[in-house]
Amino acid sequence: MATPFEKRRRRSLFLTLVLPAFAGAAALSLWAVTKTQVYAYAPSSLPAPAELGDREVRLAGLVQEGTLSISEDDLVVFTVTDGAASVPVTFEGILPALVAENEGIIAQGRLQPEGIFRAETVLARHDENYEAPEVTKALQEAAEKNADL
Amino acid sequence: MANPLTILANPDTFKRWTKPLILPIGIAAVVLLLAGSFVGLFASPPDFRQGESVRIMYVHVPAAWMALQTYALIAGASLVSFIWRHRLADVVAREMAPLGLLFTLLAIATGALWGKVTWGVFWDWDARMTSMLVLAFLYAGYIAVWQIIDNDWTAAKTAGILAMLGAVNLPIIKFSVDWWDSLHQKATVIKEGGPSMPASMLLPLFLMAFGYIAFFGAVVLMRSHTALARKKAPARKVSSVRMEEAPAAS
Repeated sequence: MATPFEKRRRRSLFLTLVLPAFAGAAALSLWAVTKTQVYAYAPSSLPAPAELGDREVRLAGLVQEGTLSISEDDLVVFTVTDGAASVPVTFEGILPALVAENEGIIAQGRLQPEGIFRAETVLARHDENYEAPEVTKALQEAAEKNADL
Repeated sequence: MANPLTILANPDTFKRWTKPLILPIGIAAVVLLLAGSFVGLFASPPDFRQGESVRIMYVHVPAAWMALQTYALIAGASLVSFIWRHRLADVVAREMAPLGLLFTLLAIATGALWGKVTWGVFWDWDARMTSMLVLAFLYAGYIAVWQIIDNDWTAAKTAGILAMLGAVNLPIIKFSVDWWDSLHQKATVIKEGGPSMPASMLLPLFLMAFGYIAFFGAVVLMRSHTALARKKAPARKVSSVRMEEAPAAS
């Protein structure tokens, strides 16, 4: 008969073998997923239209300044950029309120053969920074004052 | 002789020591949650980009923190129970699980509402949201194991192994927004360089976070006390039935 102490040691040994092995297996599979899957393409890493075919993908980047235009029948046209490359996007529908020039978006849709990204959905992104509006206003005013000087 | 942990691991000592704590912790929970809700709704600024919808954060973020913390506690208690066979660790872990599931579902539900007004969708299969959904399933599985297996020792061992293996999901949730591109924003409060949030927003956030912790503490203690009492109850019940039946049989 094993003593309680020996049993306890056996259980500890079991855990020290099984838990790291499981964590290692999980880490390897995540690493493999990271190597082969992307959540969203940046404009500079977006594959050619022929390579993507009719596959629905996500395109993530900033709405380039001065490119956002919305026609009367809700046809939206803008350019998504990541600084290195830019992709023209068309979208029919109503944009989320937070979509604005120089702000991050994720467009879900298909890349047309002529290189225009036709979005089915446009999502607004927001980053991890929070601010009170008065503070933002004060900062802007201070910046303008400095610019005037 | 015995170390302090062993003394507290005795169910009777545990009950005696923690019983007087339930009421003050419960009162603290009510006060903190009320204060946090008031400051969050009326005495804190809207966000410069998100506007008033930022107030959902005061419910969403503490719920998500609690979801992770509760799972970590269950996994830790399971480890203690698995190696040292402490019944109290089993009971407390089991009684924490429904709360963890509740926090996870609350985080997902409030996240969906917040997502609709800021991103434009309730749900997206990004890494953060998907790993949180996996956490909800882990909780559900853990609770189900306890429900299905009648023998307490077997149930504790099986559910405990599930809890310990599932703990691999915790760092995945936490770092999902750093390891992969995601719709969900990165960490604001717990990150290098300190929180990127004004103090006027951190105050209601922390009031709510401590309120959640106090609520969790009070409810877990109450549930554990009930569970420990119930463990003894069946024996009494059986004997009383026998006594009632005894005269008829004779």
